[in-house]
Amino acid sequence: MTITKRSFPKADPSQTRLKTSAMIASIAGADQATKPAPFGHALVEAAKTRPNIVGLTADLSKYTDLHIFAQAHPDRFYQMGMAEQLLMAASAGMAREGFIPFATTYAVFAARRAYDFICMAIAEENLPVKIICALPGLTTGYGPSHQATEDLAIFRGLPNMTIIDPCDALDIEQAVPQIADHPGPVYMRLLRGNVPLVLNEYDYKFQLGKAALLRDGRDVLFISTGLMTMRVLESAKELRADNIDCAVLHVPTIKPLDVDAIVAAASKPGRLVVVAENHTIVGGLGEATAAVLMRAGVHPAFRQIGLPDAFLDAGALPTLHDRYGISTSEISRQVRSWL
Amino acid sequence: MSTLGHNQGLAEKAYRIRRTALQMGQVQGQGYIAQALDIADVLAVAYFHAMNIRPAEPEWEGRDRLYLSIGHYAIALYAALVEVGVIDRDEVMNYGGDDSPLPMSGMASYTPGMEITGGSLGQGLPIAVGGCLGLKRKNNPAFIYNLMSDGELGEGSTWEAAMSAAHWQLDNLIAIVDVNDQQADGPSSRVLSAEPLHDKFRAFGWHTQRVNGNDLDAVVAAFDAARNHTGKQPRVIICDTLMGKGVSFLESRDKNHFIRVDEDEWDKAIAALDAEFAA
Repeated sequence: MTITKRSFPKADPSQTRLKTSAMIASIAGADQATKPAPFGHALVEAAKTRPNIVGLTADLSKYTDLHIFAQAHPDRFYQMGMAEQLLMAASAGMAREGFIPFATTYAVFAARRAYDFICMAIAEENLPVKIICALPGLTTGYGPSHQATEDLAIFRGLPNMTIIDPCDALDIEQAVPQIADHPGPVYMRLLRGNVPLVLNEYDYKFQLGKAALLRDGRDVLFISTGLMTMRVLESAKELRADNIDCAVLHVPTIKPLDVDAIVAAASKPGRLVVVAENHTIVGGLGEATAAVLMRAGVHPAFRQIGLPDAFLDAGALPTLHDRYGISTSEISRQVRSWL
Repeated sequence: MSTLGHNQGLAEKAYRIRRTALQMGQVQGQGYIAQALDIADVLAVAYFHAMNIRPAEPEWEGRDRLYLSIGHYAIALYAALVEVGVIDRDEVMNYGGDDSPLPMSGMASYTPGMEITGGSLGQGLPIAVGGCLGLKRKNNPAFIYNLMSDGELGEGSTWEAAMSAAHWQLDNLIAIVDVNDQQADGPSSRVLSAEPLHDKFRAFGWHTQRVNGNDLDAVVAAFDAARNHTGKQPRVIICDTLMGKGVSFLESRDKNHFIRVDEDEWDKAIAALDAEFAA
């Protein structure tokens, strides 16, 4: 069959078009505080007191910040080559022998290519392999080959798997020792490079399995995860100007879900509940929250902000975040339209 | 058995493994019995000649590990572990039943002596790569044996692992490939030919041997050579085997991945095995 080619508007030389950013472009805004390679540095720190931590990668150490660990502990670093099935299975083998492997790749390759190995070699035996994956959701404009828009949906169905979607550098560096000490497998979405630092402005500490109310508000309850928490925090500030008062419940642990915190926050009457995630609206935090609330008999007005159930465009990340409704301004626009 | 010299004791072990496997097949009314019969000689050599194990301590840190990548061969491994004394012989009568520690496909959390959960083919060898790296980190001199099949060679992950094992110079890894030329849809050589296997593994950097997997003397010699080889490379023993080995009417039955044995044939098969062993 013939693949239908898309048609595109002709370039207007008088208008500047944003260019596709480098695959590993930082998601930090120009004036945002950042920390470099928080995962790599946190792993080096955690490894000081945990001699059984080892690091493995499938040809992506530099792009997952694992190179920081490799430089600090060259004898504990394993370059497995471009072979993700091997990466996961070998990590399982290392865990069998008493080690705590941190295995890194891009989220698409873990979730899509290596899934059966994560399922059977790691999760079925509840082995303490920590799968740390860059480019979660829509964090590259490179196109569907590298956009892990459905990784949370895939891993949520996997028994024994703990799933973390950190918001910023603080979340990542506090999560690393906790996931190292967690006795089972963990999948963590990774922001790498110069990672925004946001949560230090709040009275917040990462706790595995716990959601945290970062701010309270009268009109809207954002329930958010990952980088969308920083976006809804910004949106909450914008919406103040419209006299819309927003609460933000940050849910960095997608599984197991902090059901009590979600139900308690959503039970407060009179608020629109808006779940925001850097993920397809299918099978992620939004649908998980909806199910939790239905089961609890809590029925607030409910909306989802997330990526559409589609293969997304290639292009510049800011353009795409606007196009798919996950930029701060688009979040604010949608919330206004719903009230 | 007159052709056997000093390996007569192993022949007896192989016979007993076959007999126990047939009893389990009879209990369940089915099973991958043709595979169990073909691999019994290899398992007898592994457990009663080559491997360093403590039957009373199946989790002993110094043990050689045998990974059953081919989970459906569990019936054979259970029979071997009964002979070893790791599994209680009484459990044989529960094989494949509800709440049995001996499920049809081997799972690590169910059965003592079962090192990994196999069954999703193509996983044993890459897990073994990590296991061997881990043993080396601990300066543990144990070997990992990964028992796999010719059909499994179709899985790309097997070759990721083959490349990696040579890259890391895993001289503590011994892969055993059961080449019985049968997989679910027919002869492996016609489903997806992996030949020439010897050349392939050698090209991947492995110490490679190919033997008749039902010739105990040859299998013993191959295990010895694999263990004693001084090269910094992984080892593979490619074993050509005959499905149904030891029970003539099953050997000659139309070859099938899941061989049909009628209800009244199990006793006949056990009797035939006894007679052929005694002859």
